[in-house]
Amino acid sequence: MTFNPNLILPEIYQFLVIALLFIQSIGTAKMRVKVGPWLPMAAALGVVVAVVSVGAQGLVFWDSYRVDHLSQFFKAAIAIGFFITVLNASRQPTLDKEKTVDYFLFLALSAWGLMLLSSGVELITMYLALELSSYSLYALIAVRAKSKDAAEAGIKYILFGAVATALALYGLSYILAGMHTTYLSELVKADWSFAASPMAVTGMALFLAGMFYKLALFPFHFWCPDVYEGASNETAAFVATLPKLGAIVVLIRLATMFKPGYDITTMLAVLGALSMTFGNLAALVQTDVKRILGYSSVAHAGYIMIGLVSGTSEGLAAASFYALAYVAMNLTCFWVVSRVAVDGRNLKLKDLDGLHKRAPALAFALAVGAFALVGLPPMAGFMGKLFLFSAGWNHGYNWLIIIAGLNTAISIYYYLGLVRHAYTKDAEDDVPLPDTSPFSLVGAGLLSVLVLALGLMPSGVFDLALSAGGSLLP
Amino acid sequence: MQEVAYPVLTSLVFFPLLAAFGLFFFRGDSAVRIYTLIVSVIELMLSFPLFTNFKLGSAEFQFVERIQWVKQWDIEYYLGTDGISFLMVILTIAVLPLCVLCSWSYIQTRVKEFHFCLLFMTAACVGVFTSLDLVLFYVFWEAMLIPMYLLIAVWGGPEKKYASLKFFLYTLAGSALLLVAIVAFRVVGGTFAIPELMEKTFSFGFQFWAFLALALAFAIKVPMFPFHTWLPAAHVQAPTAGSVILASVLLKMGTYGFLRFNLPLTPAASEYFAPMMIAFSIASIIYGGAVALGQNDIKKVIAYSSVSHMGFVTLGIFLFNLRGLEGALFQMLNHGIVTGGLFMMIGAIYERSHSRDIYDNLGLGKYMPAYMGFWGLFALSSFGFPGTNSFVGEMLVFIGAFEKSPWIGAMIVPGAMIAAAYMLRISLKLAWGRPSTWKGWKDLNLREWTYLAIPAVFVFYIGLAPGLTFRVMDASLIKLQNDVHTKAQAVNIEDERPLEMAWNSIKNIVK
Repeated sequence: MTFNPNLILPEIYQFLVIALLFIQSIGTAKMRVKVGPWLPMAAALGVVVAVVSVGAQGLVFWDSYRVDHLSQFFKAAIAIGFFITVLNASRQPTLDKEKTVDYFLFLALSAWGLMLLSSGVELITMYLALELSSYSLYALIAVRAKSKDAAEAGIKYILFGAVATALALYGLSYILAGMHTTYLSELVKADWSFAASPMAVTGMALFLAGMFYKLALFPFHFWCPDVYEGASNETAAFVATLPKLGAIVVLIRLATMFKPGYDITTMLAVLGALSMTFGNLAALVQTDVKRILGYSSVAHAGYIMIGLVSGTSEGLAAASFYALAYVAMNLTCFWVVSRVAVDGRNLKLKDLDGLHKRAPALAFALAVGAFALVGLPPMAGFMGKLFLFSAGWNHGYNWLIIIAGLNTAISIYYYLGLVRHAYTKDAEDDVPLPDTSPFSLVGAGLLSVLVLALGLMPSGVFDLALSAGGSLLP
Repeated sequence: MQEVAYPVLTSLVFFPLLAAFGLFFFRGDSAVRIYTLIVSVIELMLSFPLFTNFKLGSAEFQFVERIQWVKQWDIEYYLGTDGISFLMVILTIAVLPLCVLCSWSYIQTRVKEFHFCLLFMTAACVGVFTSLDLVLFYVFWEAMLIPMYLLIAVWGGPEKKYASLKFFLYTLAGSALLLVAIVAFRVVGGTFAIPELMEKTFSFGFQFWAFLALALAFAIKVPMFPFHTWLPAAHVQAPTAGSVILASVLLKMGTYGFLRFNLPLTPAASEYFAPMMIAFSIASIIYGGAVALGQNDIKKVIAYSSVSHMGFVTLGIFLFNLRGLEGALFQMLNHGIVTGGLFMMIGAIYERSHSRDIYDNLGLGKYMPAYMGFWGLFALSSFGFPGTNSFVGEMLVFIGAFEKSPWIGAMIVPGAMIAAAYMLRISLKLAWGRPSTWKGWKDLNLREWTYLAIPAVFVFYIGLAPGLTFRVMDASLIKLQNDVHTKAQAVNIEDERPLEMAWNSIKNIVK
């Protein structure tokens, strides 16, 4: 096997960061608390490394690991997401000082697992990468000082995660039994209709369940709002965004096998429809901001299905673009949540009252994030939805797009609720002031600019997404 | 006629937007107001090339600007104007300085943000009327919701939160399917460019659903009965400038949508659904008028009268004869002038009496003659008194309706009578009622004279010399009417039964 380390530069770099964190975590007590000065810079450099490696292509590790446009696109997205979450989590009020290094170590490990996942083109490799990213999160969720909810959320995540993992592994065995291979390149040539290979299709459905769990797609979503609510705001920001990228990249790779009209594709479409409808309806009645964002992520998982079932490279590209847009707009909202909850508490809607007076920049960022999640132009969410709808129309699932349109209408109410509380209500006097330090405002500003830029100038990023999607389909 | 050397329409869209950000450099409320007024006047001056270079008698899109935006999906930054949108653009730009003037003393809190919203709003509205790309249109269409929502939610009356939420939910829910329709046009028609889509003929099955998706969004915006319930709440709670923009510009977007999209893109379905649209229009005329008759809140009277007036517009559109179309476009312009004027008058009296109830504002004729003079003029125009602008538009719709069918004509006659009844009732009380709460209010000041005199001039100008307006719009409307007719004939409705097709596709999904 000839091996070119340049191909996996982002992974190597991330591994170095992990190694440094590991060394620091086994160091003296004094050494352990100081992550702040170097980690954000290292994460920023990670973004550069990932962006530089966008053009890399090749197959490594006995063809089980594929470096292509798709994987590199997602690695760059994961690196950006990791950088933002590191910044976001660098001021975490509910984290014990001595656990800081371990916290970031797990965060980095999970991101590394997701990077590996985006290049996996063999089911066992994918499975291992998925587990690597999940195990780190199991530990992270529970890390919230003096919170029983966090422990409960951690247990919930582990238990449901274990079941989902078991299902995926079980499914993997069925696929292996039915198709006699675990390589996607072989699997893609097979006939994936139920009539031709019932065992493999059943296995694939089970394997997909594992990914749906990560993506919080209905009916594998029930952990999501509870876990967001239980985890600290900063951890929730990570859990709500990056693992979704991992799940989506796997689904995109698998989606190349599913042509419109296959039973399994129709199943994906139906799950997508149910997911968006259920997520949006459930979010309508929530008052906890993180629960709202939790249910909204269930809905967004449904929207992404449109791209996956379209069976075109535009559809896959649209799904990739939407995933990136989703990460950007969700992180914007979580950034505001983390900065408003200076004491690390969970925010209720009424805690946002009068935010425009107390911190205009944060209120603006929240408005940008929320309107982007609705899909209002000129924000990223609009372009994402437009691409998804355009790619999906006329490929047998027009009804899914109409349902998505109607769901957008439903979702307006609760997203607008966030803006309404921030802009039209006045705060009570005893509410703690949000973090209005330059760090907080600059972060909010940059994230808003990112969300707006993805909406106004999507061409460049979509080109990347298209070459990523195009590399998979003829 | 010379070509203009710079992109006129882009300057009209982006100048107010950039100027809005300039507001952040100003301190002090007066400075903000003066700055915005200057910006609005410059915006008016920037529109002069439109007047001097617009080719009358041409149905083509003019001042066209076309730049690739998202190349993968053929989304373009594509602007242009024809006889239909030209008048709306001018209306939008002309309303801006009036809004600044009528808010001068009315808005005292968050002045900077208020003017930011006004400028943002103007940019988005001009964008809506000049977009020739479906996606660009949708971007402006939705972008305008945010400032309007804030105008009502932040500077509105006591029930502002309820009203703003209702406004936002209704209009955005309506346009959710608009996006789906836009996507469908792209996939079926192969482009987002409106002029190119106008050249294509779509199957009736497609037109059927596309029409319904488009019509829902536009009917809510108009608003047509029974989708009108957001309007009175929004009008009554909005600040004066908000009501003026809402009445003068926003409502026109719905009817503009019918003219720009439904008729040329789905001509056969438009004819198919015309009886339904006519029925809704007549219902709007009668219902809006009848409810207005029973109101004591002056703003509610004018709000419900808008439902009625806009009913005339949609009726004119779906009559499919030239008189109807001309009347519709005339009424869009007239309603913008007259109802905008009336809302400004209500704002002026509210600043004095702090009430919009008729019975708190009785007998103004004796103490505020200039005010009552203007009121009388706008009121007369509102119900289509001969010599005023609305007479021309309403008359054309009447002629169109009788041309189409005497029954339709007969059914809208009571609408005109009700309009006279509610406007005269309210005017009578305002002018000659016995004042009970008179507190020595002063008559109009110079600022109020200014912002009322401008629409008043247009009431007479269009009423007495409508020729120029006709020349601007006629070529485009004649082309529209011919296109609709020929393209509707080209599609065979009998071969495709949309409901049956829909049922079959549902059966396929379930199976």
